[in-house]
Amino acid sequence: MEKIIKVLGTGCAKCKTLEASVREVVSSNNYPVEVIKIDDIMEIMQFGIMTTPGLVLGDQVAFSGRVPSKDELKKYIEQYINA
Amino acid sequence: MNSNRKALLIPLLLLPVWYLLYRNLQPITNFLIDTVFKLEKGTHLTESLRFFIFEVPKVMLLLTLIIFIVGIIRTFFTPERTRKALEGKSLFTGNVLASLLGVVTPFCSCSAIPLFLGFVESGVPLGVTFSFLIAAPMINEVAVILLYGLFGWKVMLMYIGTGLLIAIFAGYIIGKLKLEHWVADWVYKSRFGNNTQEEQKLLFKDRIRFGYSAVKDIVGKVWIYIIIGVGIGAGMHGFVPENFMVSIMDKSHWYSVPLSVLVGVPLYSNAAGIIPIVSVLIEKGVPLGTALAFMMSTIGLSLPEIIILKKVLKWPLIATFIGVVATGILIVGFIFNWLL
Repeated sequence: MEKIIKVLGTGCAKCKTLEASVREVVSSNNYPVEVIKIDDIMEIMQFGIMTTPGLVLGDQVAFSGRVPSKDELKKYIEQYINA
Repeated sequence: MNSNRKALLIPLLLLPVWYLLYRNLQPITNFLIDTVFKLEKGTHLTESLRFFIFEVPKVMLLLTLIIFIVGIIRTFFTPERTRKALEGKSLFTGNVLASLLGVVTPFCSCSAIPLFLGFVESGVPLGVTFSFLIAAPMINEVAVILLYGLFGWKVMLMYIGTGLLIAIFAGYIIGKLKLEHWVADWVYKSRFGNNTQEEQKLLFKDRIRFGYSAVKDIVGKVWIYIIIGVGIGAGMHGFVPENFMVSIMDKSHWYSVPLSVLVGVPLYSNAAGIIPIVSVLIEKGVPLGTALAFMMSTIGLSLPEIIILKKVLKWPLIATFIGVVATGILIVGFIFNWLL
């Protein structure tokens, strides 16, 4: 099964930053994952987060409400890929 | 040395530097103006420049320190914990608690909807949720620091105190009115997922890092407003010209307060952007109550936030929300104009 990373965000500045960072980290490291952006508030709420942006690895919420550094993102994603 | 201690070392070393700078800003400014640039004392230009060179670093220093501290404090308050604290609280206690938590919980207006849904869904009463949503944007650290820097601690405390009262009572009234049927129908019907996110264990060095990034984020965004605001203040330093805005906002006209609220609500600005305007108004003789009312209505009630909330609230509830908060701001404005 292909691994999927979801970026949850309604379109605020931080959400866009997170999406761009995630895509950059994934493509520059050639990680075998698909990145999806979720804009729909109802869909976002299904993950039970209360602050945007959020990052979902598989079906697990990794964090919400902040934009971590690219290094930290890398760690999150690598951990997910190798799990 | 462990990494926790190392992380603490830099801020601890910077603190005395900060203090020395802050304490000696006036002599440094005077030295620059009088000795280095050799400007003639007492002229309008010199005194404006003196004000500017003193005031900009003063506000910046305050901002950096407080935002760093607030950034660290906020790592202890997540929206999830706030929600837990508010679940099942009775109306009045809940309103007080929600308003206080609104001040310290990290909040960005783009999260207003998920926060609202998350609160209401887990059983936090509607009125209590509103107290949170009113206090969070209105009493923010940038506004508080700038008020302290430009007008002193009395104005700052007045702002915090009345802001909290408005949040508490507006939320209480909305709760008492039982307006749940004006929340969009799908909100109470839908079931949202449970957060599977693990509570992150934060080390002290992580909290310090949050402090740094808060400073970088916020100071990086608002520095330009501070320079513009203090610049305007400096230009007007000593000048008190007559002006249309001031004459209609004058104390002798009772309608100055409602008018400034009416102008303030559709205007949208972050706290940093509005303070320069407020300082100009006060400098020009607008009474404090009117100026504070203007500021509160601008940052506490903003059209973009209202439009965002439209997704989850029906119009009558939005109108009630604006009406109750605007009335609170009006009362505050009148009381201050009358008292001072």
